[in-house]
Amino acid sequence: MEIQFDDNIKRARFPLLTWVTSRQAFWVSVAVILACIFLSFATNSFATSNNIFNVTRNFTFVAIIALGMTIVIITGGIDLSVGSVLCLCSMILAVVMHAGYSIEVGIAASLATALVIGAINGVLIAYLGIPPFVVTLGMLSIARSLAMVASNNTVVFQFGPDHDKLLFLGGGAWLFGIANPVLFMLALALLTGFVLHYTRFGRYVFAIGGNEHAAIVTGVPVRRTKLAVYMISALSAGIAGIIQTGWLGAVTTNLGSGMELQVIAAAVIGGANLAGGIGTAFGALIGSALIEVIRNSLGLLGVSAFWQGTFIGSFIIIAVTFDRLRNYRSSE
Amino acid sequence: MALLELKNVSKHFGAIHALNDVSLSLEPGRIVGLMGDNGAGKSTLVKIVAGNFRPTHGTMQMEGQDLSMHRPIEARRHGIEIVHQDLALCDNLSAAANVFLGREIRKGIGPFKILDYAAMYRRAGQIFAELRSETRPRDLVRQMSGGQRQAVAIARTRIADAKVVLMDEPTAAISVRQVAEVLNLMRRLRDRGIAIVFISHRMPDVFSIADRVVILRRGRKVADKDVAASSPEEVTGLITGAIEYA
Ligand SMILES: Nc1ncnc2c1ncn2[C@@H]1O[C@H](COP(=O)(O)OP(=O)(O)O)[C@@H](O)[C@H]1O
Ligand SMILES: [Mg+2]
Repeated sequence: MEIQFDDNIKRARFPLLTWVTSRQAFWVSVAVILACIFLSFATNSFATSNNIFNVTRNFTFVAIIALGMTIVIITGGIDLSVGSVLCLCSMILAVVMHAGYSIEVGIAASLATALVIGAINGVLIAYLGIPPFVVTLGMLSIARSLAMVASNNTVVFQFGPDHDKLLFLGGGAWLFGIANPVLFMLALALLTGFVLHYTRFGRYVFAIGGNEHAAIVTGVPVRRTKLAVYMISALSAGIAGIIQTGWLGAVTTNLGSGMELQVIAAAVIGGANLAGGIGTAFGALIGSALIEVIRNSLGLLGVSAFWQGTFIGSFIIIAVTFDRLRNYRSSE
Repeated sequence: MALLELKNVSKHFGAIHALNDVSLSLEPGRIVGLMGDNGAGKSTLVKIVAGNFRPTHGTMQMEGQDLSMHRPIEARRHGIEIVHQDLALCDNLSAAANVFLGREIRKGIGPFKILDYAAMYRRAGQIFAELRSETRPRDLVRQMSGGQRQAVAIARTRIADAKVVLMDEPTAAISVRQVAEVLNLMRRLRDRGIAIVFISHRMPDVFSIADRVVILRRGRKVADKDVAASSPEEVTGLITGAIEYA
């Protein structure tokens, strides 16, 4: 009885702060909605169906990768290579299709590339114990360089016999006029949420981030799980790359450069904890949405695009500060 | 008959002889208090039994069968469970998730299996009730008191039918009231016929709960006797070396 009494006091000390900080994804959703309402009144270009279509489609690429990144972050890791992997996978798809192969072959080659890159990251991190920051920073450089090698640093905009299929994949609207990238994003988000919540793999992802040592001694296959996690992250970058290629209709070797920052920001703003153990698929989407709405609104409000980085950076710091507050209280 | 029998077990880490020629036998429903100074080899001994280390020399037998284990999971299969000194809990998971960590209950057909939350909550709830702990299966470990955390770690040993439970300093870092709780949890395990090895620095705990006390000094066993036939003074002397052997 006394124990419960102690606990209740501890929980009740800052009830409001507890409530606010434990629902980061919720508050970010509120922020997104408020921003949208504000922008629809403040500008006459935001609430046009054209702009909404653009906003939703733009953030999907970041969001798809943020789903994979969230899984990595839950294990307590980080993947800095995603922007470059996206570029490499797009380029492999483009080069293979340009050479006259079908879209199926192109996609298979592209996804295989992603899995190989992810496996290399994963083996170095999980089996050789090299810090994720170092491994994926190296891979950031390697993957972009390989993309340049693969294309001889040219722009590819002709995709062979299946050219139109690829453009439809990325640019079409297959169901109820919803852009295809959005459909892919929603499907992948549901899948991610399901895997995290309902599978043993998902449980291990959270356990590793919560206490890796405990996971090891209780018999969780920690190394295998981590390997899979980095492969999933690279795969999410590959999928985003394929869809983005279809949407843009061209691939350049600077595609996705600096994207890792946006992706990590999206995951963290959506509530993923860089110390590991916490994160949701919904958070990844909503974090990405907030970034895109801010980006879009700066343009519409006539603010220089140079301010974008300041906003994104500030949001990362604010989100992590919230975490700090939360941990500060629970360690009291 | 002895349940678990260690014969002349030694463990060397390079030049460090963490354990030298230690023999030990455990009986069902009996608690052995394992004592010794820091670095005496207590954790090493327990980790050998739990399959974390392989002995450099010596043999182990479980119910008359030779034991040779390479990984903790093999020890578990033989009915040996360990409660680690640091409890090995994930703060971000629920009590039930921690209890079943690494051995989740799943449901589904063929390769398509999902976690069976309901079954795990139910079973964890039963175990907590059996241990008479107030821990609730859905609560996050982060929000728990030291005693409740101990209950979660101990509940792990109950999902498989453990015959031997090893506890490495379970009462070292918790309040006096919580110590009483943990000792009660240990009594419940003992009453179910489980053999317990209880590492502790705290004389009163060992004397109140153990049947036998085994003392290690610099990797050697210097005493193995009934608690009733010993005294805190003698044990202190044996730990420090003021008394050579008993
Ligand atoms: N993994 C290891 N590698 C090297 N030396 C170790 C290792 N584990 C324990 N030791 C050494 O073995 C001795 C016994 O340690 P330990 O069993 O942890 O003692 P206790 O638990 O009684 O305090 C100590 O000298 C310790 O430094
Ligand atoms: Mg120890």
